[in-house]
Amino acid sequence: MSTRTTKEEAARPALSGGSGGVRVERLFSWWTLATGLLVLAILALILITTTKQAWPALQDMGLRFITSSTWDPNPASGNPVFGSLAFIYGTAVSSLIALLIGVPISIGIALFLTELAPRRLRGSAVMVVDMLAAIPSVVFGLWGVLVLAPLLVHVYRWVHDVFAPVPGLNSIFGEPVGTGRSFMTAGVILAIMIIPIVTSISREVLSTVPQANKDAAFALGATQWEMITGAVFPHSFGGLVGAVMLGLGRAMGETIAVSLVIGGATNITPNVFAGGNSMAAVIVQQFGESTGTFTAALIGLGVVLFAMTVVINLAARLVVRRAEIRVRGAAT
Amino acid sequence: MTTTVPPAERADAGPPSLRRSALAPRRRITNRIAMVLITLALVIAVVPLAWVTISVLARGLEIMSWQFLTEDIPNSYRRHGPGMAPAIVGTFLITGAAALLAVPLGIFGAIYLNEYGKQRPLAQVIRTMADVMTGVPSIVMGLFIYTVVVVVTGEQTGFAGALALACLMLPIVIRSSEEILRLVPDDLRQASLALGARQWRTILTVVLPAAISGIASGALLAIARAAGETAPLVATIGIAFTVNPNLFSGQNTALPAQIFRNASQPFEGAQERAWGAALTLVVIVFVFTVVARVVVSRFAIKER
Repeated sequence: MSTRTTKEEAARPALSGGSGGVRVERLFSWWTLATGLLVLAILALILITTTKQAWPALQDMGLRFITSSTWDPNPASGNPVFGSLAFIYGTAVSSLIALLIGVPISIGIALFLTELAPRRLRGSAVMVVDMLAAIPSVVFGLWGVLVLAPLLVHVYRWVHDVFAPVPGLNSIFGEPVGTGRSFMTAGVILAIMIIPIVTSISREVLSTVPQANKDAAFALGATQWEMITGAVFPHSFGGLVGAVMLGLGRAMGETIAVSLVIGGATNITPNVFAGGNSMAAVIVQQFGESTGTFTAALIGLGVVLFAMTVVINLAARLVVRRAEIRVRGAAT
Repeated sequence: MTTTVPPAERADAGPPSLRRSALAPRRRITNRIAMVLITLALVIAVVPLAWVTISVLARGLEIMSWQFLTEDIPNSYRRHGPGMAPAIVGTFLITGAAALLAVPLGIFGAIYLNEYGKQRPLAQVIRTMADVMTGVPSIVMGLFIYTVVVVVTGEQTGFAGALALACLMLPIVIRSSEEILRLVPDDLRQASLALGARQWRTILTVVLPAAISGIASGALLAIARAAGETAPLVATIGIAFTVNPNLFSGQNTALPAQIFRNASQPFEGAQERAWGAALTLVVIVFVFTVVARVVVSRFAIKER
């Protein structure tokens, strides 16, 4: 190590002119480090500044901010009440629907790409997923509210009629709202929007399954499906869980499309065909007309959302990384 | 399971037909159903893609015209007819400013991760947090910039929106650039260092030029994604009906914000403009994505 430094020391003056090179080198490496640290700084600043801005509302409401379901920013009398439970519920229900629809499709596509697709089909299949990712969310929202929702109402009516006599299910598939803007529509749109990320992560995870394991399953006489359930899934389970969690994070944070199709009602109901609202959607819908504590409460919603998505994303990344390390460790 | 296959047939047909012809019906049918479902998943994903594309094209072309691209936005949602120029100008200015902020910073961040930090704990933390930052909801970025810029300056401006978009782009640029820098062969670095160049000079004159088209492609994809972001703009740029070329003063507008605003209106005129704006936005995003692809394929050819 020390010999290398002295050699460099001896050769340098002719090339870069004295100790200036050292100074530039040091400045440059510090500068790149500073830009790297910018990421950490921004994340910390988001947490600190938004919490501070939201403090009046959070302090007013205390824990009731997340446990109360009354959201009344402009009451006829008395103080405004900001309980966001209904919106947390809306975020949870719409994300859950999105996962139930989106995850099987995404994993299906990922399996198709890694196990089934002939090479010439693979390129265009990847392109479909990339194009889905490229369409801006507001365009999905526009399509959802003006094209999809009015059509889905008929489907909802039909499902409602079919399940009306079944106890339990008849409260989940209750009376549909006339515009079609509901938890279910939001879930469907979200499902479409999480397909790209869940597919691409699942695909990465599935492609780490060693060919030897697959060949071994085939050699034992497994069908293709038995090979997938016996060799591919056990090997990639952790990574797939991570992919699903990333999808969940994306679904929870999605704002614009959801705010257009979810209906905009403060509503806790098991009926997925009823209108509701989600945390992110409430913020964009009401931010323009808010002042004072009301604005603080909306920013408070953002803080809760930020904390939830950071935790989910962090956990998902760690799960995916651990799965990858385990696979690589086994392979080498 | 083992006894169902007679040896004679096995020798005849070889391993593949051993699976197909001699399986117990239940296993064969399960397998067939599963394979059909897996293929169906792709078909299901094509449906919304095709449907959205066709809707945007059909409804957008109805209103698309030269006037639509060049005239101001009518200040009544009820009024029919064209005008989206302020939003088009706003989208280009705001996204452009965001790119100018985020792309250079992101590239330097990537240089730190790949050339200096490597596997050190700090670099690993930054890497993970950059991944986490890509998952931060865009509305939260909007609220953040609202808090630190709009509240402080007391004014909603295009530049505030650009800052919010830059925050969204930064981690994407960092991670995609790092992937590309990792592909640059170590031989190049060693050759340059052996000639006596310092590390900063090696990075700027050898490593970056070798990786530049890959980095540019990643940056273009990040720009395309930022151009379609709506939520961070709602809280930061306000609303404008005429072209505002000044990012630093006065409220502004952008295509996604206009789509959102007009789509939530019950009036036909507003909805027509929303479709027109959607078509314009999709075309812009599409062009950026295609250019990114072309840049990448050029790069790949040069490599060989």
